[in-house]
Amino acid sequence: MTALLERPPERVAQPTPKTRRIATHWLYLGPAVALLITFTYVPVGNMIWYSFHKWDGLDLTMDPVGWDNYVRVFTDERYWRVFLISLYYFVASFAQIAIALYFAVVLSFSTRFRNLFKGILFFPYLLNGVAVGFVFLYLFQPGGTLDSVLELVGLGSQTRQWLGDPDVANISLAGTSVWRFTGLSFVLFLGAIQSIPNEIYEAADLDGANRWHQFRYIIAPGIRRIISLSFILAISGSLAVFEIPFIMTGGANGTRTFVIQAYETAFQFRQIGLASAMAVVLLLVVLVITWIQRRLIPDDEVSLS
Amino acid sequence: MTHVRATTNNSVQNPRNGSSAAGRRAGRGIAKVAVAGKYASLVVASIVVLVPLVVVLFAAFKTHAEYSTSGPLTPPRDWFNFDNFATAWSKGHMLRGFWNTTVILVISLTGTVFVGTLAAYAISRFSFALKRVVLGLFLVAALVPGVTTQVATYQIVKSMGLVNTPWAAIVLFLGTDIVSIYIFIQFMQSIPRSLDEAAVIDGANRFTVYRKIVLPLMRPAIATVVIIKGIAIYNEFYIPFLYMRSPELNVISTALFRFKGPYGAQWETIAACTMIVILPTVVIFLLLQRFIYNGVTAGATK
Repeated sequence: MTALLERPPERVAQPTPKTRRIATHWLYLGPAVALLITFTYVPVGNMIWYSFHKWDGLDLTMDPVGWDNYVRVFTDERYWRVFLISLYYFVASFAQIAIALYFAVVLSFSTRFRNLFKGILFFPYLLNGVAVGFVFLYLFQPGGTLDSVLELVGLGSQTRQWLGDPDVANISLAGTSVWRFTGLSFVLFLGAIQSIPNEIYEAADLDGANRWHQFRYIIAPGIRRIISLSFILAISGSLAVFEIPFIMTGGANGTRTFVIQAYETAFQFRQIGLASAMAVVLLLVVLVITWIQRRLIPDDEVSLS
Repeated sequence: MTHVRATTNNSVQNPRNGSSAAGRRAGRGIAKVAVAGKYASLVVASIVVLVPLVVVLFAAFKTHAEYSTSGPLTPPRDWFNFDNFATAWSKGHMLRGFWNTTVILVISLTGTVFVGTLAAYAISRFSFALKRVVLGLFLVAALVPGVTTQVATYQIVKSMGLVNTPWAAIVLFLGTDIVSIYIFIQFMQSIPRSLDEAAVIDGANRFTVYRKIVLPLMRPAIATVVIIKGIAIYNEFYIPFLYMRSPELNVISTALFRFKGPYGAQWETIAACTMIVILPTVVIFLLLQRFIYNGVTAGATK
């Protein structure tokens, strides 16, 4: 009886389609996985390997130097100081989130020319980084847009070397970053607010809730996740700042960021080992921050498959 | 089908215009001040966004003499003075820049769509042992900031002999794109499996199902990916700057960047070139606004 229930014929037939299926799904996945491994995982692996060596990128041999590169990143002022520059961008990203949140809330209520304002606020995010760099070089140059506007409103005495003075240059650059990226945060927040169902507001209206109550008890909890995500992105984003300062000042006048420093170390001074150590440190910081975020905010949307 | 549609256009669509009952109940005076403040803040923000761009547009139409004598806030005398645009276009070899950008765009986008949809098809429609591992690989890779690993990626691209060819940018745009694969996977999960099964019963094999059923239904997701990735490639500066040093290979970003040194004193030419680079973005934005908002929201929240 049991022998009959086991249905031997099917068991025998099974292996053939199964092996064929293993072959086909790898055909579909192959290109993506090959590219992923070649251009993400192999570089990360190599980078860790390089970071324990002294290498100019051309020599056939690499000299192992142990932890020397890491020691240098943390002790040589030229290398750890650039971490501090991130703080300017980090602080600026708080301003960015606040501005974006304000306008997202404002525009989620009925407003005249709503789409026009939304488009204007978002538009800078789409612009080419080099173009943005030039627009702001023009804005900040002596006698440029900013100085002219200040004179126009009677603040002519406030003009200064916006990009030449090391005390102000980083603030100017961080301001440029805010101009460029506020639109992105704004559209993300607006999307999150608008995905809150209408009925909830209607119910709140019936219960006599005012606008502040609606913000405090409906909107704020509804967009908590995207806001916390924005803060995490702000931390890793401010560590990885490159384009704006590189294009506008080239890292001069105390505006050299971590990535500019790593770029120069690798591609101008050909110290691949040291640059790799910097990149590994940055990568670890980003991974740790992301891990903390995943711990703090249980993530319900990244459940694929 | 309606189910499929609904999931792509979820968040950004429904503007909530009706809930002003609370406002009506609040004191009239306070409400008026609040409304005035709201519009004032919107106008100020619009000015802050637009003025830096508009003054560059002014400069682009000024002659050299006019530029040196007038302030940045003064509009140009002649709005039809296209001399600077002509100079920028020819001296900056912008035609070559647009051509190179277009070639890279077309090849990378086509590649991304096929590589991405095939991978998403395998992940959402096949069951296999290493699926979790593969998904994990994609997930972790999304956290690695591309700009940090270039030190080591450069050595790999160099060993493949791709440095100083457009293929360096193409393979990197293809290979470092995890967000697109996510968008494809998420969308594909909203396509009912019963469609696949029905086709299989009718005798279609797995690849036919992909080509005849899944791929056509994926059109909204493909449009999203093409738009957001297209904009990202058009704007990319670091990869072409690092891998395609030769002037022959300049893309839009690097062609514009080259103006920095030699044209330092000729802001009217730089301004014209900046406007040439911005113009396509304006046109695309005006035409495809809704798709762009959807795409950006889908891409950034992963």
